Amino acid sequence: MTTVLESQSAKATGDIVVDVDDVTLRFGGVTSLNRVSLNQVRGELLSVIGPNGAGKTSLFNCLTGVYHPQEGSITFTGADGKSTAIIGRKPHLVNRLGIARTFQTSRLFNALTTFENVKIGIESRQHTGPVGAALRLPRTRREERESDARAFELLEFVGLRDRANDLASSLPYGGRRRLEIARALGTSPQLLLLDEPAAGTNQTEKDELAALVLRVNEELGISVLLIEHDMRLVMAVAQRIIVLNFGRIIASGTPAAVQSDPAVIEAYLGVPAQDVEAADDAPPAENES
Amino acid sequence: MTVSTQSANRLLKSIWQNNEAHRLFGFVLGFLVLAVMTGPAGSITAPLSGITGSLGHPRVFVFIALGVGFWLLGLVRLRYGGRIKSANDRVLALPRRLLPDWRVRTPIYLALLAGAIVLPLNLNAFWQEVLVDQIGLYVLLALGLNVVVGFAGLLDLGYVAFFAIGAYSTAYWTGTLPVHPPFHINPFWTIPFAIASAMIAGVILGAPTLRLRGDYLAIVTLGFGEIIEIVANNLSGITGGPQGVVGIPHPSINIFGIHYNFLLNEIPYYYLVLAFVVIVLIAFHFIENSRVGRAWTAIREDEVAAESSGINVLKYKVMAFAIGASTSGFAGMLFASKVSFLEPGDFTVQFSILILVLVIFGGMGSLLGAVVGAAFLQWVPWYERVHPLFGFQDQDLYIYLGALLIVMMIFRPEGLIPSRRRRREIGLAEHGVGSADAMSGPQGPLT
Repeated sequence: MTTVLESQSAKATGDIVVDVDDVTLRFGGVTSLNRVSLNQVRGELLSVIGPNGAGKTSLFNCLTGVYHPQEGSITFTGADGKSTAIIGRKPHLVNRLGIARTFQTSRLFNALTTFENVKIGIESRQHTGPVGAALRLPRTRREERESDARAFELLEFVGLRDRANDLASSLPYGGRRRLEIARALGTSPQLLLLDEPAAGTNQTEKDELAALVLRVNEELGISVLLIEHDMRLVMAVAQRIIVLNFGRIIASGTPAAVQSDPAVIEAYLGVPAQDVEAADDAPPAENES
Repeated sequence: MTVSTQSANRLLKSIWQNNEAHRLFGFVLGFLVLAVMTGPAGSITAPLSGITGSLGHPRVFVFIALGVGFWLLGLVRLRYGGRIKSANDRVLALPRRLLPDWRVRTPIYLALLAGAIVLPLNLNAFWQEVLVDQIGLYVLLALGLNVVVGFAGLLDLGYVAFFAIGAYSTAYWTGTLPVHPPFHINPFWTIPFAIASAMIAGVILGAPTLRLRGDYLAIVTLGFGEIIEIVANNLSGITGGPQGVVGIPHPSINIFGIHYNFLLNEIPYYYLVLAFVVIVLIAFHFIENSRVGRAWTAIREDEVAAESSGINVLKYKVMAFAIGASTSGFAGMLFASKVSFLEPGDFTVQFSILILVLVIFGGMGSLLGAVVGAAFLQWVPWYERVHPLFGFQDQDLYIYLGALLIVMMIFRPEGLIPSRRRRREIGLAEHGVGSADAMSGPQGPLT
């Protein structure tokens, strides 16, 4: 029996940026996502939480074209109102639609400077080819100036302006997280997927990241889908929370509602002792990668 | 008596337990093996002459001395390495600060160019030929492969294929192959044809195979290199087969009232190569520091992150492949029209490996490194052929090259003149951050 919970308010407004419909992802016999349906309203800061191995990162990989789920559909609707199916598209084409992401363990270009990292994100939207670059045509130089200016803007936005010429690998953990966000913002996304941006950071860095995520959402008007383990951060920023466990959505709603949901408490803290005997009759939950 | 025996025993024991003594032993042994390998060959009548001729000859002392010398070098490095490095940093501080400035760089480059222009004028015919056939051509090839291996991080072991395609297409358009083109043109005007056909071959090979990563790509390109040689050998009706192609005309220019025939003169070929090298250097320098070059670096460092940042990985890989191939194609045209004789044996896997060695030696991803590395490694054997040192023999060349590469990889893995980015990557990899090259296999899982 699958529980499918959807945001009713989203359906009402109709302006949905991404719609995941009945998605199932399997690896051999392992079901990573089991009939997951969710949607995100444009401009919303939605958070996906769940215990380790619940399928959160798998969901991200489906949303960015890295994994191709066997069943279901994922539809992205741009600000221009054009809807596109995500499944089957290559990651760089998904990015081009306006979905940018960060990674759970930050994947920066470590031997490049902070500035160059951001510039690579921005430049993926430009057009200079090898011939233009070799001849330094006027358009190449113009694009170069534009991406320089934009890179400085974004570094300023995430608070790394003074570290522009430092190597990405020399940044502290929180800085690396913010740089990854800046690089993703460089691709001018409409939807930003953040995969545990606060993992491995200290409390000060967590607070800074929370503030940054809010600013991305509010100042830039970008929809944010946030995976996070740190409940304090999630509760502070998320407008709505979806809880995954064993590849299924078990709860969805406002932070306060989710926090008091018995299914969520059970998923995180385990089944109370008196319920265990009753639960024994239920079929065992699938394993998950 | 017993006391002295005991102390001698103790001395021997302490020597045997000494790590440095082990190292010395290893170095000397290694160089003795090298002495045998590079010494005279044995024969059926005197099977041991190979060993007696090398170990019983005074030159063995040179090798022992070299072994001790390398051991000492290691000791010095161990003991004074830090101090040498800091002194080195102090001496190089000023040049390092000034060199990135283009106002300092431009005059240096212009002076080097002027030097390159006058260089062949006071050389004899032999060295002029070496300069064109052995140095100029290989510098060009190394520059082309550097784009593929150094910039985009793709291990291409079949680079010779594009050289062959350039050479054979020149033969085709000049009408020297058994199959005839619709119209005959002079080799000078086959340049665009040679470049274009190599580039198309690069795209055709690249589009399907560049989806592979790391070792798999290396194996496929290796296979492609082999296929080209075998096709050239067996498709006699088209390529002339193992007899090769004879009589490819020399380039000549007949345009705008200029009539010039290259003939057997080395100088015009030299300037043609030089002009192309300069053009390629400038073009590649700008490309490296552009959107395209940064995309290559991104792919080399982390393909998954590059893809997620909106970079069309396959497109950029094919682009690198095609640019490398077209450079090789031009070199092939030059080779065909200058030597005016082609045979499949010119295009072996060994040739591809040699070019790769030149790139690795010079410093992957470094334009200056590719030029200096190729020029140096190609010049040394020819110098040795004329002035043999330590009984240098031609057939031992690859032994020395292999040894040089091993030493290089231990002490200076980034190459002779490394690129800034590449040096950082290797430095980071040593500290466990990321992998030094995209060619070292598939990336980790997406977590």
